[in-house]
Amino acid sequence: MAEAQIFHDTEADLSHRAARVSKRVLLYGILIFWTVVCLFPIYWTITTSFKLAPDVMQGNMVPFVDYDPQWRGWRSLGLSPETIGEVSTVRDEFLKRFLNSGISALGSSALAVVLGSMAAYGLSRFRYRFGPMKNPDISFFFLSQLILPPVVLALPFLVLYREMALLDTRIGLILLYTLTVLPIVIWIMQDQFRAIPTELEEAAMVDGLSIWGAFLTIILPIALPGMVAAFILSLVLTWNEYFFAALLTSTNAVTLPVMVASQTGSQGINWWSMAALSTAAILPLIVVGVVLERYIIKGMASGAVK
Amino acid sequence: MADQGDLLHVVTPDDISDRRKRLGDVLVWGTAALFAAVAALIAFTDLFDTWRPGLYAFLLFAVALCAAQVIRGGEQGSRTLFVLPAALFVVAMVIFPLIFAVGIALSDWNLSSPDGQKFNGLANFRQMWNDPFYWNALTNMVWYTLAILVEYAIAFGLALILASEIRARKFFRVAFLLPLMLSPVAVSWMIGKSMLEPRFGPLARLAREMGWDNPSFFGSPEMARFMIMAMDAWTFIPFMMIMLLAGLQAIPKEVQEAARVDGASGWRGFWEVTFPLMLPVSITAILIRIIFKLKLADIVINVTAGGPGGATDSVTSFIFREYRDRSNVGYGTMLAIVYLVLIVVAITVFMKLVDRWMNPRY
Repeated sequence: MAEAQIFHDTEADLSHRAARVSKRVLLYGILIFWTVVCLFPIYWTITTSFKLAPDVMQGNMVPFVDYDPQWRGWRSLGLSPETIGEVSTVRDEFLKRFLNSGISALGSSALAVVLGSMAAYGLSRFRYRFGPMKNPDISFFFLSQLILPPVVLALPFLVLYREMALLDTRIGLILLYTLTVLPIVIWIMQDQFRAIPTELEEAAMVDGLSIWGAFLTIILPIALPGMVAAFILSLVLTWNEYFFAALLTSTNAVTLPVMVASQTGSQGINWWSMAALSTAAILPLIVVGVVLERYIIKGMASGAVK
Repeated sequence: MADQGDLLHVVTPDDISDRRKRLGDVLVWGTAALFAAVAALIAFTDLFDTWRPGLYAFLLFAVALCAAQVIRGGEQGSRTLFVLPAALFVVAMVIFPLIFAVGIALSDWNLSSPDGQKFNGLANFRQMWNDPFYWNALTNMVWYTLAILVEYAIAFGLALILASEIRARKFFRVAFLLPLMLSPVAVSWMIGKSMLEPRFGPLARLAREMGWDNPSFFGSPEMARFMIMAMDAWTFIPFMMIMLLAGLQAIPKEVQEAARVDGASGWRGFWEVTFPLMLPVSITAILIRIIFKLKLADIVINVTAGGPGGATDSVTSFIFREYRDRSNVGYGTMLAIVYLVLIVVAITVFMKLVDRWMNPRY
């Protein structure tokens, strides 16, 4: 809209500039408003974990100004500076849950990326026929798993896992989580592999590599950023998963969201410890989100734009 | 999804001896027989306590099947090996349990009662037909799904702003993305249980400042439903926003410049140029969002547990409680299967309608 100013600012030009300025103000106003909407709950949770009962009741907001931050919430988790060296059953329990979440999330994301990348590569390079199903049908078969709501599988799996002694095990969770993220991984990876020209493999195979050799040594390194994106996205979904974990675990394999949920009701106005627990549960992914934002956006964008 | 791109063409010599082929056959059928034998042993004798050996036998069969592809098919078979593991995994994890689920759905099975599974035909279906709470949960899902339109509008607005010329774009992008990273369970405590707490929550304080004397966010059914929608929207708006942002950035700059030269600026330029170009991305984003919305449960379970009076129940949270409170596996599975059928029908119709609308045939 840059109109050339030939002479001097006329009335019209000045009002134009005013409109532009007000438009900018509005734009940044919306941006800042939405930033507050997005960040305030996180800020609130982190600061609340350092509050005491009176601070909660008076609604103090800003640490050091309104109130003195205390380690109460973190002490109840055994993670404050004084208690970190001591033996703490709560902390052991928390770390166990944390480890369960981490192992299930990492294990299932890794499995899904391996299985999904292979399948996506195959579908993007070769023609298959499994009975009446051709490539688009196979592709659709994988992607259609996304529609399946978890609740349909939950109760059959509960019974099946009970029969197979997989209830309350991390392996059981990993298998189910892999299933839930596999369609997303295949979707992202198909997109990635399609963008890689087949001449690369042709050249590699002329040089004597087998198709698997070409896939492992030539194609995978090129597709690595896409795989990282798929992995991170799976990690986010599986780390936060609650529904299956709540149904299928009871003592050993309980994950962090289930622990948070089980504490939610019982705490009353004892907000500081809940806040500390929530903070500890969301912190890993906030770090992931801030550091690896590029990959997350890449992953979500790759499926959207064709 | 449908187009294949360039396929890799390789000619390989197929000199596979008969012995190799036979070895492959023996492997597959041998392990299949082993699997069947183990299954039969578990089902009809007391040799094993659990089905675990059956699982191992199936794993062995799966590995043998994969190996046999290479043994029997050589280079050709090693291509099948790319897709086969994933396909076997999904079949084992979805198709078997689904068949099993139909069996459960047609029986009266309460896990806490000692009677075990009793086949009762369509009795669960009749019970469902007369269950007002299930229909109520389905109606709620319609409302929840309709809320996606509002989420879409907000996400589109934010994406437009992020795509325009602003400073500190990376900061805003990260800040807007963060809600997606948080687990819905943590969100239900952070927002639902503490920020919306009627006495000390900051949002309740704000509401009091603004002149609402007794703020209660989960008192009335409409308000409670709106709050659940808002929390779910809060976590998932970034998801749509990122997809739309990617779409906006993929539009060539020249198109918008040309539109501007032709005099279509601002609002008109948006409606007549940007928005139509964004339709395919928008439909993908909305479809995926619908799929995610249909799984909505965590927030409902943890904030309201379906209350007040079932006003916020989603189908998933309703079935969850049906199991948690009554251990009623048979009835719960029937509800879930009916839900799956409804979803498949609804999504198929939606995709057909979209297809007709995008590619009109005159």
